[in-house]
Amino acid sequence: MNIFAFITNVLSIGIPFSVSLLLASTGEMFNQRAGIFNLGCEGIMSMGAFLAFMAPHTLQGTALEPWANMLGILAAMLMGGLMGMLFALATVTFRAPQGIAGIGLHMLGWGVAGTLFRFFVGGVTGIPGLKPVFLGMNALAYLAFLLVPASWYILFKTPWGLKVRAVGTYPRAADTMGVNVARTRYQALIAGGVLAGLAGAYLSLGQAKMFADDIVAGRGFIAVALVYFGRWNPFLILGGSLLFSIAQSLQLAIQVQGIAFPYEFAVMLPYVLVILVLAFAGGSTVRGPAELGKPYNREKRV
Amino acid sequence: MKQEQIRELRTIGITKRFPGILACDSIDIDVGEHEILAIVGENGAGKTTLMNMLMGLYQPDEGKILINGRETRFRTPVDAYAAGIGMVHQHFMLVPSMTVAENVLLGMRTYQKFLRLDMAGVKRRIEEISSRYGLPVQPDAYIWQLSVGEQQRVELVKTLCLGARFLILDEPTSALTPQETDELIALLKRMSSDMSIIFISHKLAEVTALSDRVAILRQGRVVYRGSTSEKSIAQLAALMTGHEVNLPRNEGLDSCEEPVLAIDELRVRSDRGFWALDGFSLTTCKGEIVGLAGVAGNGQRELADALSGLRHVDAGSIRFLGREIANLSPRQIIEAGLGYVPEDRTTEGIVPAFSVQDNLVLKDVRAARFSRGPFLKLDAIKRNAEDLRERYDIRCASLAVPAGSLSGGNIQKVILAREIARKPAALVAVYPTRGLDLGAVEFIHARLLELKSQGTSVLLISEELDELLDLSDRIAVIYKGRILDILPAHQATRQKLGLLMAGIREVA
Amino acid sequence: MKSWFRVLYVLLIALGAAVAAIGMGAIVLAILGKDPLAVYTVILTEPLRDMFGLTEIAVRMTPLILVALGIAISFRSGILNIGAEGQIQMGVIAAAATAIFLPGLPKGLAMPLSLLAGTVAGALWAGIAGWLRARLKVSELLSTVMLNYIAAQLYGFLLRGPMIDPAELQVGSGTPQSVRLPRGAWIDRIIPGTRLHYGLVIALVAAVLVYILLWRTRWGYEMRAAGAEPKAARYGGIAVESCLIGAMVLAGAFAGLAGAVEVTGVHRRAIEGISSGYGFSGIVVALFGGLHPAGIVPSAFFFGLLLIGADMTQRIMTVPANMVLVLQGAVILSIISAKVLIADKYLFERFARSLSRRVAKRETGEHAT
Repeated sequence: MNIFAFITNVLSIGIPFSVSLLLASTGEMFNQRAGIFNLGCEGIMSMGAFLAFMAPHTLQGTALEPWANMLGILAAMLMGGLMGMLFALATVTFRAPQGIAGIGLHMLGWGVAGTLFRFFVGGVTGIPGLKPVFLGMNALAYLAFLLVPASWYILFKTPWGLKVRAVGTYPRAADTMGVNVARTRYQALIAGGVLAGLAGAYLSLGQAKMFADDIVAGRGFIAVALVYFGRWNPFLILGGSLLFSIAQSLQLAIQVQGIAFPYEFAVMLPYVLVILVLAFAGGSTVRGPAELGKPYNREKRV
Repeated sequence: MKQEQIRELRTIGITKRFPGILACDSIDIDVGEHEILAIVGENGAGKTTLMNMLMGLYQPDEGKILINGRETRFRTPVDAYAAGIGMVHQHFMLVPSMTVAENVLLGMRTYQKFLRLDMAGVKRRIEEISSRYGLPVQPDAYIWQLSVGEQQRVELVKTLCLGARFLILDEPTSALTPQETDELIALLKRMSSDMSIIFISHKLAEVTALSDRVAILRQGRVVYRGSTSEKSIAQLAALMTGHEVNLPRNEGLDSCEEPVLAIDELRVRSDRGFWALDGFSLTTCKGEIVGLAGVAGNGQRELADALSGLRHVDAGSIRFLGREIANLSPRQIIEAGLGYVPEDRTTEGIVPAFSVQDNLVLKDVRAARFSRGPFLKLDAIKRNAEDLRERYDIRCASLAVPAGSLSGGNIQKVILAREIARKPAALVAVYPTRGLDLGAVEFIHARLLELKSQGTSVLLISEELDELLDLSDRIAVIYKGRILDILPAHQATRQKLGLLMAGIREVA
Repeated sequence: MKSWFRVLYVLLIALGAAVAAIGMGAIVLAILGKDPLAVYTVILTEPLRDMFGLTEIAVRMTPLILVALGIAISFRSGILNIGAEGQIQMGVIAAAATAIFLPGLPKGLAMPLSLLAGTVAGALWAGIAGWLRARLKVSELLSTVMLNYIAAQLYGFLLRGPMIDPAELQVGSGTPQSVRLPRGAWIDRIIPGTRLHYGLVIALVAAVLVYILLWRTRWGYEMRAAGAEPKAARYGGIAVESCLIGAMVLAGAFAGLAGAVEVTGVHRRAIEGISSGYGFSGIVVALFGGLHPAGIVPSAFFFGLLLIGADMTQRIMTVPANMVLVLQGAVILSIISAKVLIADKYLFERFARSLSRRVAKRETGEHAT
């Protein structure tokens, strides 16, 4: 076994793996920059993965078949945006505590995807042979990587990014300057939801080429962790996503090499890595958006 | 509308209610062109609420706002800015993690291009405003890097950049040294040739120095409106409080019999990692009140944290009754007999969701008086609360209501009752009267003096010079983490303290 | 007058929340082409028809109560335990291993020892997250979720490897499950012929103990203070970090006990999917029960009913049982939103004012006519 080939192998599996993590954590970064911590990312990804899978599954053999993937992706993004809006309704309008609301959204998304999937599809099914599609999955991957500098630019160089950072750090100041705090937070949550939905779509259409109840398998939560690890910065988040996906593909490559090792421990690896990463990141003095996790109420006296 | 000069701003019957209080009760005020109106009142009199309605942050429940005789409604601050009204808030409305230019840009639609920020444009605008009014600022500095005085300049520049031709300043001098205050007043006088100003304060000397007319608010109502020059400071004070208040004074003699709290060469880091206390030394004696004066942010917070065991002490010692307490746990320090009135009474002094009676035993649930083994003695906790409610005049509907629902003064009484009932050998009080009305201030000052007479040593950290001058035996001034000088109270004056607070030590 | 407004206000919000939660479920059912009303009727009434349904509800209640009690302790202490799922599995494994590897013990010893082992295992597993939060400021939300995935893999590994029933390897299909536990470790059934076992009694006793712990002891006082306002607790000399770890350990202990009771009382061997979502359902039960033992017991009954009802609907009406997850998610979102609104003094004030204005207007109108 040539070491060079081995590395190429690891990278060629690992880099595509990073796409869904990257999309989801970039979306989560916008949420958190606006001051909202969305743990429901996992549930949005489940729904995204399911809807993206459903399009080619149901449109098979119809006139729309060449467009099926595209439609699936759009449906996933739309649903992601809607779920982001639902989360905003709970946490921005009603000011519900965000951590537990995220768990609620996760259960909702996971439950709906599972219910619909079992009812309409049944067991584990692959996606019918991928015909030439309007938008190839590779294009989606390139788009995800382009999103990194784009979201850096949006965050630091555009009016919207300025508002997002302001409402996440000092919403009252933003409010006195005429920035609509609730609207900005809604926008950020919807954008985050769209990206999470897209991440889910990539997972079922591009990566696994199938759907199962637990297809997301914690990637949504890992994406949230990556935002902390990446210090709310798109480039560091890209680094984190690559680190994770390469660790994962390394583990696969080692298994393929036939080294005796219970596969459960290999599967465990990314989750253990998350805890270790958070443990090391936690001690640092760099702080995130100051008002992360706190609802804003203009009428409240301070 | 945009270009129209504001010749007159008038409110008619403005009313605003908050849960449990009538914050503004049918308020009428008016301000003419180039006029400075001072709005005076105690904390909680409704000044800030009124201004927030003028800025479109709150909506009035009743009443109207008229500009040049025309009724105007401000739904958001954008409307107020569009009409030319701008406000400098008491707590600066600046995003610390952003630069000066970014903060200004946040409110300026004209420089927010599609997908682009016109940084050059906004910097030109900042230059223009700052040279016109003589307010130097650095557009590229981050807010967190600036001192309080500099941040206030930025606030002013920002408000002017947004096109304010009618300026509201809410307690602008509260964090400034006396010298900085003088500069600000001179600046505002200059600016009044250009615009109208509403100046909110409860410091009457500033009000008489600056304003043309004054409106006095008490418990949400206007109790006096008229020309400032017609009333003396004493008359204004009586109108403001509703009665003659003579705050108790410390008449004691300063003689140190035995040291209680001896702090020596203390070095403590701030949250950001720099030395917040850098060789801080101070001793307090039995039956003595030592005042610690200083502009906020010079290490007071870190000193208080270090004394209560909540912050790591890197070097130096804190001896309490001869025993080293630096780096002991908060529990050990409490048990050693150090009392503590924390800075933020609603989140550090009490557990707001807990009942009044539970809060009164916060430090003593482990004591044999209130628990047997692990079990709480609920009867004893209740009796204790009834007793303290009587003695400290704590006004609450029932001892079972959440302490967080009490007024600020009553919350402070709960905290003082709990601390004094523990018979502390020393008490550290951090800004104990901040934001309280004079009645509560009087009560708290009396309790602190009573403690002194019982032999307790009190360290009073405050930014109110009058409070320090009234109560202290000695006044120490903290500047950049060390004691710059210590004056016996009878030698201290506002002027001397002010210079010391600014870091200027007179050449002896 | 005002107290009536208050009642009306709370009722309206509660009603709104209920409608929102039921509505979200109804939308999903409508997509499936089912009549939501018919499905809800089956879910809510079918299990109550016979002894089987009722005892099965009680069987589900047992772990739900235990898990929810632990979650209530953790939430009240300011640390959110999302990891009960993993803690249950650790409890199952430890209890089963203890029973299997100490087969000769008399009943009076084997069963308590198994339960104890499960409790300790759950406590230790949760303690990791508590320690990480208290000492390294790692968000317990993320760490407990990660520990769930890790526990699931560990559980799978043990059942497929070291702890697999040898019979499965020789003659069976290789189903990952342990051997049957020795009888000495079993919790007895209350009603023979059903699965209802004495674990329910353990859960009810635990509810009383948790009430005493939280509201009658200084430990509970300190933990609640640490959760309600950590800064004030710290100034009050309470070691907040220890409270966090303690609360998390207790939460894990209850989840571990739930797992141990489940394996010794119901299945009597460690099988795959034994926790069957109790970890997440426990969160809903605890929130729905107001984080108070007196609310958790009825709330556990209600969600036990939903779980059984959803199983029955799957058989009767072919609605997948995942539906219960949808309802639980919707309930969480509705409850926490409603809670905030009910506590919002500003909103209530505005509501009361507009209502009293309307009442006044009607009265003057009546006088006029």
